[in-house]
Amino acid sequence: MTRPVPPRLNRLSPLSFVVTVAALAVLIASMTQVAPTPDQLVQGAPRFVNLMDRMTPPNLDPAFLWRIAARIVETFQIALVGAAFGVLLSIPIGWLAARGVSPIGPFHVVAKALVSLARTIPDLVWALIFVATVGLGAVAGTLTITMDTIGFCGRFFAEAIEDADKEPQQALEAIGASKLSVALGAIWPDALPSMINSSLFALEKAVRSSVVLGLVGAGGIGQELKVAFDLFQYQNACTIILVIFIIVLGMEFVTDRLRARLQ
Amino acid sequence: MKHLTPPDILLQASGLHKSYPGGAKVLGGIDLDLHRGERLALIGANGSGKSTLLKCLLGLHDLSGGAVTSFGERFERAPSRAQRTRIRQKTGFVFQQHCLVRRRTVLCNVLHGLLGDPGSWRGFSHMTARADWRVRAMAALDDVGLADKAGARADALSGGQQQRVAIARALVRGPELILADEPVASLDPAAGRSVMELFSGLCLKRGITMVFTSHNMAHLADYADRVVALRGGRVLFDKPAAAVADDDLERTFA
Ligand SMILES: Nc1ncnc2c1ncn2[C@@H]1O[C@H](COP(=O)(O)OP(=O)(O)O)[C@@H](O)[C@H]1O
Ligand SMILES: [Mg+2]
Repeated sequence: MTRPVPPRLNRLSPLSFVVTVAALAVLIASMTQVAPTPDQLVQGAPRFVNLMDRMTPPNLDPAFLWRIAARIVETFQIALVGAAFGVLLSIPIGWLAARGVSPIGPFHVVAKALVSLARTIPDLVWALIFVATVGLGAVAGTLTITMDTIGFCGRFFAEAIEDADKEPQQALEAIGASKLSVALGAIWPDALPSMINSSLFALEKAVRSSVVLGLVGAGGIGQELKVAFDLFQYQNACTIILVIFIIVLGMEFVTDRLRARLQ
Repeated sequence: MKHLTPPDILLQASGLHKSYPGGAKVLGGIDLDLHRGERLALIGANGSGKSTLLKCLLGLHDLSGGAVTSFGERFERAPSRAQRTRIRQKTGFVFQQHCLVRRRTVLCNVLHGLLGDPGSWRGFSHMTARADWRVRAMAALDDVGLADKAGARADALSGGQQQRVAIARALVRGPELILADEPVASLDPAAGRSVMELFSGLCLKRGITMVFTSHNMAHLADYADRVVALRGGRVLFDKPAAAVADDDLERTFA
């Protein structure tokens, strides 16, 4: 053997050492402020057990279940309509935002920035904004899901469009095809499978966000959950949490199946 | 602007220069006449500017100097919009590989050959295309012997079949000239020969002028009337295919 085996651990460079120590210091300092103390854990545990006790058994009164059912339908409607609007709007937005393809040329960065804005604002904040503008209820929820979906799909649609095969596009340009013809003829068929995939993820995400929108008054099942906690009706809350669990799981199951079928 | 060229000259380049932005000079003064009904082979080492020349002739790239006259339309730098439309109406283009839309049917890809006409966006799919276009596309597919594959997805075809679809796409518009950039370079020799045989035969039968680039020297004698070699951004030689000797090729690729 001409060379020694490299050591298992490389020596830390001075910079990495400083960064590591600093990160640890920040973590420990933060823990002293926001992490639960052993005291709090000891006192919280019996309260948690007590809450669990008051939550069981779940309220299965038919009248209550019917009310919940109506809210669930509303939740799905918010998710479905909001996601559908968002996906439809994301198609032109994604086209505008796609580098090298966008009909507005270098201004595609503006479209991209707007999509980032839609994405970086959390859904509960959008919900607060829309409750303040269109009032309490499902419409605010639908608009929230639409913005959320644009933030998600606008980005992935733009990427799918950018990633579409370049050669067929060049072939159509050589024939003299217009930008619209190139988009419809060459880009759309190539980007579509990835766009459908993103749309299914968006729908899944929409269902997950639509169940909590009611916490700030934007419609759906979350509204019942908030009422239940506010009025200390813990057995009602338990039913609602179970139902939310089933909805989200069911939705993931369905979209997983659809995605698998698309492969 | 119309320009006076002898009627049998379809395409003429005079003193054509081309440098890419920020790049070195690729073409440094090319003079070339292309006669109607001729089959011309363009050869040269990799990077000698064959693809660049084809694209300049079609007005896909701006010229850096000199002029091109195609079908009596003379342009410097770049053709006007109207000229570009007229030139492309009479010119088909066949690329090397991967130039079909993979997930669309063969028929759909042939229809794309008609997308150059203004307001023709409906041709993007065979479902929305005009009825007479669908008929024309089917006829073009028949010409390349692939009518029975019309409904198959483009990526389900073999490489040779895909190139035949690309040829059908170039033919569907009824062009007077077809430029083909290494149309069979991606195929095995046998498939390459059969595609060239078909391509050259169709061009001869219809009096379509044909320009192709190739790395296969056997194709020169069989499918070209004339050979033009590029080297160092200039025409190294320009002679009848039958007169090309081994040392000509050596000089070209040395
Ligand atoms: N779009 C482009 N931008 C910049 N340089 C290019 C471009 N296309 C080709 N070139 C350069 O021009 C030269 C000639 O290329 P090309 O015309 O493709 O040669 P060939 O087809 O004979 O192999 C090469 O050096 C290549 O790197
Ligand atoms: Mg080339």
